[in-house]
Amino acid sequence: MTQVNRIGRAQVDFTKTLKFSFDGKSYTGHPGDTLASALLANGVRLMGRSFKYHRPRGPLSAGSEEPNALVELRGGARQEPNTRATTVELFDGLLAKSQNRLGSLKFDLLSINDRFSNFLTAGFYYKTFMWPAAFWEKLYEPIIRNAAGLGSLSLQDDPDVYDKGFLHCDLLIIGAGPAGLSAALTAGRAGADVILADEDFRMGGRLNSETFAIGDASGADWATATVAELASLPNVRLMPRTTVIGAFDHGIYGAVERVSDHMHTPDAGKPRQVLWRIYTKHTVLAAGAIERPIAFENNDRPGIMLASALRTYANRFAVAADRRVAIFTNNDDGHRTASDLHARGVKVVAVVDTRTEAPRSMDYEVLQGQVVDTKGRLGLTFAEVKLADGSMRTLDCGALGLSGGWNPNVHLTCHQRGRPTWNADLAAFVPGDDLPPGMVVAGAAQGDLSTADALAGGAKAARAALGLKGRMPALPEAEDAPVNITPFWYVKGCSRAWLDQQNDVTVKDVKLSHQEGFRSVEHLKRYTTLGMATDQGKTSNMGGLAIMAELAGKAIPEVGTTIFRPPYTPTAIGVLAGRHRGQEFHPKRLTPSHKWAEEQGAVFVEVGNWLRAQWFPKPGETHWRESVDREVLATRKSVGVCDVTTLGKVDVQGTDAAAFLNKIYCNGFAKLAVSKTRYGLMLREDGIAMDDGTAARLAEDHFVVTTTTANALPVYRHMEFVRQCLCPDMDVQLISTTEAWAQYAVAGPNSRKLLEKIVDQDISNDAFPFMACANITICGGLRARLFRISFSGELAYEIAVPTAYGDALMRKIMEVGAEFDVTPYGTEALGVMRIEKGHAAGNELNGTTTAQNLGMGRMISSLKDCIGKTLSQREGLNADGDLRQVGIRPVDPNDPVPAGAHLMNADGPIDAAHDQGYATSACYSPNLGHAIAIGFLKNGSDRMGERMRLVSPLTKVQVDVEITSAHFIDPEGERLRA
Amino acid sequence: MIIDHPLLGPRDSSEFTYMGDAKLIDRPDPDADTAARDFYEYGYLRDNPAGWHDELWFHEAGDRSWLVVTRNTLTHEISKVQLARDVARNRGRSK
Repeated sequence: MTQVNRIGRAQVDFTKTLKFSFDGKSYTGHPGDTLASALLANGVRLMGRSFKYHRPRGPLSAGSEEPNALVELRGGARQEPNTRATTVELFDGLLAKSQNRLGSLKFDLLSINDRFSNFLTAGFYYKTFMWPAAFWEKLYEPIIRNAAGLGSLSLQDDPDVYDKGFLHCDLLIIGAGPAGLSAALTAGRAGADVILADEDFRMGGRLNSETFAIGDASGADWATATVAELASLPNVRLMPRTTVIGAFDHGIYGAVERVSDHMHTPDAGKPRQVLWRIYTKHTVLAAGAIERPIAFENNDRPGIMLASALRTYANRFAVAADRRVAIFTNNDDGHRTASDLHARGVKVVAVVDTRTEAPRSMDYEVLQGQVVDTKGRLGLTFAEVKLADGSMRTLDCGALGLSGGWNPNVHLTCHQRGRPTWNADLAAFVPGDDLPPGMVVAGAAQGDLSTADALAGGAKAARAALGLKGRMPALPEAEDAPVNITPFWYVKGCSRAWLDQQNDVTVKDVKLSHQEGFRSVEHLKRYTTLGMATDQGKTSNMGGLAIMAELAGKAIPEVGTTIFRPPYTPTAIGVLAGRHRGQEFHPKRLTPSHKWAEEQGAVFVEVGNWLRAQWFPKPGETHWRESVDREVLATRKSVGVCDVTTLGKVDVQGTDAAAFLNKIYCNGFAKLAVSKTRYGLMLREDGIAMDDGTAARLAEDHFVVTTTTANALPVYRHMEFVRQCLCPDMDVQLISTTEAWAQYAVAGPNSRKLLEKIVDQDISNDAFPFMACANITICGGLRARLFRISFSGELAYEIAVPTAYGDALMRKIMEVGAEFDVTPYGTEALGVMRIEKGHAAGNELNGTTTAQNLGMGRMISSLKDCIGKTLSQREGLNADGDLRQVGIRPVDPNDPVPAGAHLMNADGPIDAAHDQGYATSACYSPNLGHAIAIGFLKNGSDRMGERMRLVSPLTKVQVDVEITSAHFIDPEGERLRA
Repeated sequence: MIIDHPLLGPRDSSEFTYMGDAKLIDRPDPDADTAARDFYEYGYLRDNPAGWHDELWFHEAGDRSWLVVTRNTLTHEISKVQLARDVARNRGRSK
């Protein structure tokens, strides 16, 4: 097909031709075209189907405010739904499809919805699908979901990379039309650091769409020259294809740069889009204005569009939407479109002006009247006009331009709860006084709609923002026409007249909503969905407000507006996520011996951000339990080694170090001897257990505190809070050393023999008894720390070396331990052994349990104050019948004892009212040959030996169990002290 | 938001962790006769002002200072930033 609707020259490069396809059909266009302009050039007006009624639709606009021309772009994994054809920059090989249709775009089977429009009015869902309730999920929702919605997803991973970046500047200018360019020129020449961002791929704003002259040049040429000068200034950063999506606190703006959207595929190493966080001292908002349509019967046919869009297509893209055009206007600007189109040889059938005093023209007929209806199934063919004298006229036209006045683009002025104010001269809202701090508004966005005002406003705004003194430099001559408008929102008596074309909201819906009592603007919005589509009502909200005001007998400003919120235009989730997706969703922390563990074929588990070895499968082992059971048995029989580097470590130093630990732990530390370690339980101030660990006293004024892996950060934060906010004069310093030391648990009866091969000092039971700690050296001089502590219940040590030596130490332990058949074990075996020993961990310290629940109530020292002490003494936390930690074993050794299951008495009902407690941690104990669990039971310490039922009604589990001590293995602790 | 750290200058709020009302500095005397009541109020009762609020922020991804930030909860305007340690001393806290 040829480009039948090209007219003359414009800012499109006709020397190059681009091929593209729409719904499987091939077309051509040129660099500088958008998809919409290229389709119109090829005589294609029909580009989509509407959301609810599946009415045929073409573009309403030539910009990002577009409600109708939404297409699926690209194919395969890059398929992208709901892309506005009016902003898609044409590239060679572009592939687009229409969406929201059943069958072809021309014969959409779902257009039957249009026939049933009487049933599909506002509140349709609320009224229709109420009964019977069960039908909703099974019948209504699937049908509606299938019929509604717009584009479809590829359901494949996005192959492109999205990035995030940070920028700082003195002045951010949003919008590169006459006001923005003028501001940038002023600030750039003054040497300020300037960022100029514009959503369009071509800077210049409306200047590219108009025929005005600025000085001696055309507006578009002036824009080109100005952009060239700005580009030559090192202090100015030009950011085309960049939408500022939000104005956030303290001068922070969000902006999305579409780096590669205009290419078939991104260049190697380039992201598709970048989310910029721009920190700026001052901002000039020069976002321009958006023209609004007028509502009348059947005003949504392809070919009916904003008059300014017709002008843009003609002047910027050299495209006539049709060869025969009519205009419907309530202001002088509509006439501008008529004369521009006439000048380009397009037949202007008539300008229909609602005003009594409409300007006359020699070039085309001006009718005083209103367009009351249109015809044309898949595109406009005729417009019916009712003239002022009551007679009717039919206009033969394929395009109809609507000009209802201009709305300043106040969106970003409202992101900090600012409210726009009404300007009666423009019949539009303009920015209020409550702008985001540091923002100045200029040009059409401020309501200054002439080019001369925009140039002056931009320059003034930049000077004000930067505090520039001296005389204002002379500005070039430019168009300075006044605004001449008589408000006119909709044709009386119309009903199926579209306000919000994207969500299919008509004048009738607004009236119905008013009639049914939804009279606040926020209610109107939610009941009718006016302005709730992806275009956020940029071309429709004002019409709705005006009709609402009329129905309520109020003035428009009394009705008010809904709140504008970021983002300004639809933003891909991908760019908000940036590189934080998949494996990179959060940072990955590897322990120093990770590589060694990988070599052993370890299976890893994520613990916080850490990757920890979960178990080490050996050849022939087919089930994880085989590996875990082997690791447990080998450790208890001889010796095992486990990487415990991830446990939090905090170095506590200072003359008040012991007093500080007394404050944060519920048990006492003041009397802990040097070279000794003690278990410590930390409470929250509300008396609930927070975390546990050990504190080793390496010197009078030096402790090393350990925390659980998961709580390393919160505990450190808490310790700093106590130090800085509660005890500011204590002589104590804290530093997190979690990453500074690699630490390994060496456990089992042969652990001492193994360590004696590498430790330089005497570590016999006499020299280094249970709970000892020391700074030592290993392997002939490497500094290390040794702690005789045990999580497994065996004779055990933890040995720490500087991180850089972690890998070497692990390999050394394996080498010297070979004669004892040393076995590396992972977090599963670690868990099994601590459950066998009855040690509490995260499942028990779960944010609801007290020291009393954990059986450690007596640890809370009566001799000193500590965080959480006072509230731990509350009556409610010390009631009779409280939960106590117990062990749980199945009566039949073949039964499981699932964690999370609840304990019920041996007889009686099974329900929440008779709940006795629950199992928190469970495992199979290879030493006992059956499953075991620990958990909490009411009065648990007095119920040893009791038969109970462990139930999980959800998973249909019911097991007869016996309550035991939580210490299944070595309850006397003889192994620890061996 | 940007928090003007008294030692480090303006820093992005994403470097901080928020904890809430700076009244948490005023931990009651555990030896007072009214300790149970005092700690209950300290632990559970907070004002939720629409307007100026002294609150605790921890520079977790920075120098690990606790700060008292005076922030307007309606506008996010920040009028004052102090080291919590100084505030605590001024309020009579010591060891």
